[in-house]
Amino acid sequence: MNYSVVKGTSYILVNTPDMIIHNGTTQTMEKMANPNSEYIKAIGSHIRTYEQVLNYAPSQVYIGNMKPEELETLEMPWYDKDVSIRERFGKFGEIMPQDEFIGLMKLSDSFDLVMLEMHFSESVKDKIANHPLFGVEYASKMKEGFDIVAIQKEVEEHHGEGIYNDGKLVGCVKKAHDSDVNLTAHIMFENIVSKASGVLAFKHLIHNVEIGIEEIDYVIECSEEACGDMNQRGGGNFAKAIAEIAGAVNSTGSDIRGFCAAPTHALIQASALVQAGVYKNVAIVAGGATAKLGMNGKDHVKKGMPVLEDVIGGFGILVSENDGISPIIRNDLVGKHNVGTGSSPQAVITALITMPLDKGNMKITDVDKYSVEMQNPDVTKPAGAGDVPLSNYKMIGALAVKRGEMDKNDLMSFVKKHGMQGWAPTQGHIPSGVPYVGFAREELMAGNIKRAMIVGKGSLFLARMTNLFDGVSVILEQNSKTDETATVSKQEIKKLIAEAMREFGSNLVKE
Amino acid sequence: MSILDNKKVVIIGDRDGVPGQAIEECVKTSSAEVVFSSTECFV
Repeated sequence: MNYSVVKGTSYILVNTPDMIIHNGTTQTMEKMANPNSEYIKAIGSHIRTYEQVLNYAPSQVYIGNMKPEELETLEMPWYDKDVSIRERFGKFGEIMPQDEFIGLMKLSDSFDLVMLEMHFSESVKDKIANHPLFGVEYASKMKEGFDIVAIQKEVEEHHGEGIYNDGKLVGCVKKAHDSDVNLTAHIMFENIVSKASGVLAFKHLIHNVEIGIEEIDYVIECSEEACGDMNQRGGGNFAKAIAEIAGAVNSTGSDIRGFCAAPTHALIQASALVQAGVYKNVAIVAGGATAKLGMNGKDHVKKGMPVLEDVIGGFGILVSENDGISPIIRNDLVGKHNVGTGSSPQAVITALITMPLDKGNMKITDVDKYSVEMQNPDVTKPAGAGDVPLSNYKMIGALAVKRGEMDKNDLMSFVKKHGMQGWAPTQGHIPSGVPYVGFAREELMAGNIKRAMIVGKGSLFLARMTNLFDGVSVILEQNSKTDETATVSKQEIKKLIAEAMREFGSNLVKE
Repeated sequence: MSILDNKKVVIIGDRDGVPGQAIEECVKTSSAEVVFSSTECFV
């Protein structure tokens, strides 16, 4: 089968300290219910600086300056460890500071809904002009700023959603309709953040793959936000909106939703579209969610820690036709949690892990690395949510024991060998399976591993439409086409030599 | 006789651990009454 391949990836973070306080739902709900709470009073002194976010191992792993294995040697907690890396840019992407990102929000705003204070606007315009992926041409599209009085009026009198930087009001997002509940300033703010971070991920993807953006045929967006109006809530579509801002002139696209499982659904669908010949280059992109900022903040503050959910995440994956080099997407080895699968851990792991392996006559131990829910345990453990990747690995290992593929005593060594420490921010879809695709691509191409499984799970029950949750999985594998080509070439060389020898021999006979 | 017999049970399951529905199935093997059951996503 001529599989499609993972041609490249990108991973971006945006440090948004003010958005934790003003836009994270844990904080906004607390302010509504109890505006004078101890938590609201304390949170301001638990916010990390941009430099602290840079000098944080999980951040640097996410953008590719550190490897996941390096987390294993780093004693927890990680937030107080100096990793001596303070790089903004990594091989996968970057960690953008908040002020520049607010400028990018303005550049991603197609309906003049984002108002920025004039001096702030000028300063971020200069920064975007100096950004290696945006530059002067991009920055020049930024419109004139506003007087702060006009912004204050919009926030105080017209329900505008304030945009803050360093604790000061620097702008706002206006409501997009007088009475439409799906076009409120709050919803527009969340959607523009998601769109802008998606644009950033897309720009890095194109940069990393070194492909012309005009070669992208189709974009699949797989975040967790919904854009639409009162007549079609969630009508969409972020994909085309992101593609427009990023300059993908020859593409259209659509959104895939499935809570945290959406990125893995997107990977499977993108690979099928390319393999079927419908499109040549499908870009999967997702921006992040402000709502989840500081989601576990109460526990972090209670334990005297910084609020670690201070970044918005984004990623991009380019799925292309088989180039003979990049890892293939084995979409004939797909796992899925069906409606009738059941919810016991054994049933779930069977559906997602062993069902695809059985199709390929493989054992659980035949997959070198499993990328499950890769949430950073530095964030989740203090909040009582445990080490999510670890519990997933234990369940996979337990099934391997049950199937007689592994000894019970080898369970923890299985976890170490086939698992990883989590490093992704708790941004829902962002940590679900996909954070490892970039590293998997490198390891597979370097021949360090043969096979990786990407597993995405989603909490569908949160939408109150079904009690079910969801999950899908897919295997990435080394591209064997290179070897085939090499073998053919050797055979061809042998054939050529044989022909030359025969010709030489016949000439000798003639003479 | 199960330790749950004649008890009322509140179930809070974890998507990445044991979901509520799975716990509910176990509880149904006793005479306990499930008065609340949900699965939560902690991430």
